[in-house]
Amino acid sequence: MSAVMITRKVRKWEKLPGKNTFCCDGRVMMARQKGVFYLTLFLITGTCALFFAFECPYLAVHLCPAIPVFAVLLFLFVMAMLLRTSFSDPGVLPRALPEEATFIEMEIEAANGNVPAGQRPPPRIRNVQINNQIVKLKYCYTCKIFRPPRASHCSICDNCVDRFDHHCPWVGNCVGKRNYRYFYLFTLSLSLLTIYIFTFDIVHVVMRSMNGGFLNTLKETPGTVLEVLVCFFTLWSVVGLTGFHTYLISLNQTTNEDIKGSWSGKNRGQNPYSHKNIIKNCCEVLCGPTYPSVLDRRGLLQEDTLISSSNPVPQTTKTTAPLIPNEHTPDDAKPSIAASAEKNASPKEEHPAATKVPPLASPETDAETSIAKERAH
Amino acid sequence: MATEFHNLQELRHSASLANKVFIQRDYSEGTTCKFQTKFPSELESRIERTLFEDTVKTLNNYYAEAEKIGGQSYLEGCLACATAYLIFLCMETRYEKVLKKIAKYIQEQNEKIYAPRGLLITDPIERGMRVIEISIYEDRGSSGSSSGSSSVSGSTAR
Repeated sequence: MSAVMITRKVRKWEKLPGKNTFCCDGRVMMARQKGVFYLTLFLITGTCALFFAFECPYLAVHLCPAIPVFAVLLFLFVMAMLLRTSFSDPGVLPRALPEEATFIEMEIEAANGNVPAGQRPPPRIRNVQINNQIVKLKYCYTCKIFRPPRASHCSICDNCVDRFDHHCPWVGNCVGKRNYRYFYLFTLSLSLLTIYIFTFDIVHVVMRSMNGGFLNTLKETPGTVLEVLVCFFTLWSVVGLTGFHTYLISLNQTTNEDIKGSWSGKNRGQNPYSHKNIIKNCCEVLCGPTYPSVLDRRGLLQEDTLISSSNPVPQTTKTTAPLIPNEHTPDDAKPSIAASAEKNASPKEEHPAATKVPPLASPETDAETSIAKERAH
Repeated sequence: MATEFHNLQELRHSASLANKVFIQRDYSEGTTCKFQTKFPSELESRIERTLFEDTVKTLNNYYAEAEKIGGQSYLEGCLACATAYLIFLCMETRYEKVLKKIAKYIQEQNEKIYAPRGLLITDPIERGMRVIEISIYEDRGSSGSSSGSSSVSGSTAR
């Protein structure tokens, strides 16, 4: 009997649940619908291109050469912030692995006691006290976890996101803990850019009209009309949004909490996350630590497909993860364990029945989960 | 007590996974990363309470250090903002540096304290910083088929 083992290296992002799209081999993470994001990109680059083509040559010569330079810097900053917001992990919480889900279920059942038949079990809620305020943690049936405080499940991306603010179609991603400050800086810098372009459009038209007349100016620089139109409408929305988020930051609230009215009305002044000091709140949100992504997108999963010539049906695909699932980290201390796990992978073909796959780490196929369950009982 | 395991590799080869305990997050001080120091009953016979509490307290201190909002984090934030966050392409953030220290600490704790007792701690970052997963192993040579949900004390009877 000859057996052929085909090993395929798969990155973890390929197996992540949720409705995200990944690019550049897991480096970029976005929502599925990206149409509005492309529109945002088009509007910003288009308007700036028109500005550089029509206004800048005139203004650089007749007013100040620093004007286009500053516009370029501002434009680059806006693009950097937009791309950073759109492409980064907003703070997605990975779903619970089967053991953790089972452990939580057992705890819930223990807490609920015996529910008489026919009666609906009580909602799955855990109460925690944060800074002397009772906060209810809800159970997420999709991710099988009790959501941490301020986390929420985004139905568009089908993920629980930590410190969930909102899902923004304009940036094509959720806005959460990890990318909120980039989102805020994007809206702020975009407001500045819009105001900048709008102001210098007006200045340019006025200056040119003084020499040649208003209608002639518009004929010479048709782009100006388009720019003014785009800027006018953008101004109201983006500046308003920036103002709204500045208000939220000063109170250390998320859009989600604001919409739900968690800390307003009769609950006003009870936000347990606020430091009760505007400066401190701003500093925490904007200058706080840069949280790492807990979704290891580019880590490696090894998939072994066993094909044996004696049976025509190929064996189940198993994901072999090492005992300590750190094979992706560049730590020197880990390779001995990873190496022993990989060595264990090869003798498996001789003992297909005695699977020694520990049910850990990576998302497994159903076949593996059932094998693991059989071993446990 | 359970069988002595001399190192982590032996643990894998000679032991089978019996149970897992999950240490939950402690949200009493807000959303900063902190784990409960409550000693789980499943570990009662496996490890001394003080050792366990020390491990969790040290981990909590590391996370507090990573998430501290003070002079250094402001500097890092302002510098990064001034460079449009491009500086993170070449520089490691403070949090990432502390995470490396944590990984090393957990590795060291596993080797010195937990593996000899048939236990294994999984780095919380592998579980989305939600739980500290402690795997409980038992020697394959001792009890026959082990029921996953049964308490570990059953395996010590030999």
